[in-house]
Amino acid sequence: MAIEVKIPTILRSYTGGAKAVDGTGDTLSALIDNLDGSHPGIKGRLITDDGGLHRFVNVYVNDEDVRFTGSLDTALKDGDAVTILPAVAGG
Amino acid sequence: MLTIDRATRDAILAHARNDHPDEACGVVAGPEDSDRPARFIPMLNAARSPTFYEFDSADLLQLYKEMAANDEEPVVIYHSHTATEAYPSRTDIAYASEPNAHYVLVSTRTDDTDEFRSFRIVDGVVTEEPVEVVESYA
Repeated sequence: MAIEVKIPTILRSYTGGAKAVDGTGDTLSALIDNLDGSHPGIKGRLITDDGGLHRFVNVYVNDEDVRFTGSLDTALKDGDAVTILPAVAGG
Repeated sequence: MLTIDRATRDAILAHARNDHPDEACGVVAGPEDSDRPARFIPMLNAARSPTFYEFDSADLLQLYKEMAANDEEPVVIYHSHTATEAYPSRTDIAYASEPNAHYVLVSTRTDDTDEFRSFRIVDGVVTEEPVEVVESYA
């Protein structure tokens, strides 16, 4: 079992064009490290230099925005579905 | 170039007028790779601000699920400026992350003039493009 991660258009250059990839990890943070192993560079698009989740992306675990569930510490288990979407925002 | 039907163009302008003095925002979805803005989807500006817009995070997820189920993509992503010209701000450029989308900017700074412009925003580079308004798609 693994965790399915849906990848937005803007990050598909890291996944060979794949719309979804599998990863593993007990937390969102561990999952992103795992993804970066298979898809080098993707972590830098999700995590800031300060180690937080980038404000330009929204990450959902089973349809819950992780900002409300502990952000990078959000616990994951096999079979969870993670969706990454770019925030649509501006000034 | 953005080719858009008149009814959709007018709906975007009306949404912007209606939400003034707050910024209005939304999407026009279309079949993947068609470059045809077909389904007008006004969105709530969760920021409810005259200087910022943001799709609500739950609405955003719902929108993308719907589009995926319909084999659609966001062909147009629009928002309004309420006091400045219809040109992408630095914040707009920083957030822009749909390289295939037409970013449409509308300004409601004057009551009597419609400003409707379209841009590509790719890797922080803004390129304005012509807008062709058609009565319907051939």
